[in-house]
Amino acid sequence: MKKLPAYILLIMTAAVMLYPLLWLIGASFKSNSEIYSTAWFVPEHFDFSVYKKAWQTGTGHSLGKYFFNTFMVILPKTLFAVLSSVLVAYGFARFDFPMKKFFFALLMGSMFMPAVVTVMPLYLMWSKLGMLDTYIPLTLPSLFACEGMFVFILIQFFKGVPKEFDEAARIDGCGTLRTLFYVLLPCIRPAVVTISVFTFLWTMNDFLTPLIMINSTEKYTLALALRTSVDSTGQGYEERKIIAMSVLGLIPSVTVFAAAQKKFVSSMTAGGLSG
Amino acid sequence: MKKHPYQNPTGVPAYTGLLLISPFIIGAVIFTVYPFVCSFILGMTESSISRELRFTGLKNYAEMFRSDSFRNALSVTVKYALILVPLKLIVSLLTAMLLNAEIKGMRFFRTAFYLPSILGSNLAVVIMWQYLFKSKGLVNQLLGLCGAAPVSWYGDSRYALFIIVLLRLWEFGSTMLIFFTALRDIPSEYYEAARVDGCGAVRSFFSITLPQLKNVIFINLVLQTIAALQEFNAPYMITGGNPMKSTYTIGMLIYDEMFAYSDIGSANAVSWVLFAFITLTVVILFRITGRLREEKI
Repeated sequence: MKKLPAYILLIMTAAVMLYPLLWLIGASFKSNSEIYSTAWFVPEHFDFSVYKKAWQTGTGHSLGKYFFNTFMVILPKTLFAVLSSVLVAYGFARFDFPMKKFFFALLMGSMFMPAVVTVMPLYLMWSKLGMLDTYIPLTLPSLFACEGMFVFILIQFFKGVPKEFDEAARIDGCGTLRTLFYVLLPCIRPAVVTISVFTFLWTMNDFLTPLIMINSTEKYTLALALRTSVDSTGQGYEERKIIAMSVLGLIPSVTVFAAAQKKFVSSMTAGGLSG
Repeated sequence: MKKHPYQNPTGVPAYTGLLLISPFIIGAVIFTVYPFVCSFILGMTESSISRELRFTGLKNYAEMFRSDSFRNALSVTVKYALILVPLKLIVSLLTAMLLNAEIKGMRFFRTAFYLPSILGSNLAVVIMWQYLFKSKGLVNQLLGLCGAAPVSWYGDSRYALFIIVLLRLWEFGSTMLIFFTALRDIPSEYYEAARVDGCGAVRSFFSITLPQLKNVIFINLVLQTIAALQEFNAPYMITGGNPMKSTYTIGMLIYDEMFAYSDIGSANAVSWVLFAFITLTVVILFRITGRLREEKI
C-alpha cells in the first residue's frame, strides 16, 4: 500500500506514453468529424478500405515499394555496421597499439559530434562524386564504424569475455580473425542484436539524410514518401489516408522492437552507457 | 593499475590493433575531418549560380551576425534547449527512480516508457503529433474535458514551440533507461548505512543518488543538449518554423540557406557557428558537472 502513489504515477505516465499511439490507430478508422469530436480512441465503425487507399499512396508507387526501398537501405547498412563495429571494438578491447589513447578519445568524441556541420560538405562531396540519388551516401559510411556508440557497447561486451578464451583459441591454432569469429562473436551475440536493432530503428527514423541525398520518387524511403503525401494532402478523406499510412509506417519499427525488446533493453541495461 | 592492462598476445605484431581499427580511422578522416575542414573553408567563400567559388574571408560571418533571421533562429534554438533539456532530465530521473523502487510490472512500464523514444523522430510519429495539436485535436479535446479553454497551438507564437518541446519530452525513454541502469549500479548498502545514520529520503537523494549519478547526468545532459541545439525534423514537419518564425531553429536556417537560397557559403558559416556554440556549451557543462570518469580501456 505504501507504493500506491508510485503505481498511480506510473500508470498515468504509461497512459500518456501509449494513448497517442492508440489514438492514431483508432483515428485511421474514424470520419473527420469523429476525429475532432471525441477523445476516445475506439472508432464507431471499422472501415478497412482506408488502408487499401493508404497502401496505394498517391505518389504513383505503392507503399510496398517504399518499404522495399527502405529495407534496401537497412540491409547493407546493418551488415556494414555490425562488421565494422565488431572489428574496431575487437581492436580496442583486445590489443595494444601506438596512439591507442588518442584514437579512443576520437571515438568518444565522435559520439558527441554534432552531425549538422558535416551534413552540407558531405552533400557536396557525394554530389561531386556523382552519387546523389543513390543509396551509397546512406549506406557506405556504416562500413567505417561511424557510430561510436556501437563500438562502445561492443567494447563493454568484449570486456565481459574472459581473456582465457582468446588464449585457448590461440593454443588451438586460431589466428586473430578466427578467434574473433569462432570464439568471441558467439559470446557477444546480444550486443550484435542490439546494434542491428538500433541500425534498423535509426534508419527507419532517418529523415534528413534521405531528404538531402535522394530526389527521384521511385527511390524514396518510407519517411520521404510520408512527407510527400502530407505535402499534397487536401482535406476530408485524405487525412484518414495519411493517418493510416503513418500507422502502417510504424509497424516495422514496433514489430522489431517488440521482437527484440527483451534482449535489447536488457543488453542496453547491462552493457550500455553505464560502463 | 598497470599501464597496459591488455598486452598483445605473444606473436601478435604491434600493428594488428591498428589494422583492426583502420576502418574507424579511415571513416573519421573521410566523414568527419574532411567535411569539417571543407565546411570551414566553404564558410569563407561566396558561391554564385555559375558555381564559381570566391574567397570572401569573414564576410559571411559578419552578414550572419547582422541578420535578423540568424539572431531569431539562435534565440529560438537556445530557448528551446533551455526549456526542453532540464525538463527531460528531471522527468527521466524521477521516472527511473520510480521504476527502481521494486515495482511489480517494472518490465511493462520500462518498455512502455521506452517505446516512444525508440520510434523517436520517425516521420509517422511526427505526423501523429501534428494531428494531436490541431485546433480540435486530441489535446484541446482533453483540455476541454478538464474545463480549460482550447489553445491555438499553431497560431500563437507563445505556444507553438511547446508542441515541439512536448514531442521531445514524450520521447524521454532512452534518457530514462541510462538513469535507470546507473541507479541499479548504486549499492543498496549505501542507502542502508544512510538510514542507520538517520538520513531521510531527501537527504539520501542529495548525498548518495545525485553524486553517484554524476557521470550519467553529464552524459545525458550533453547528448540531449546536442540533440536539442540541432533540432530540425519536428519544426520542419510540424510547424514549418511558424508562426512568426517562433519555431524556426538554426537547423532549419542551415537547411534553407543551402537548399532554398542555394547559398553554400552562408549555410556552412551558420553550421560552424552552431558547431562552435555546441562545443562551448559542452565545455561549460563539463566544467560545471565535474570531470567525466576516466574511461579504462
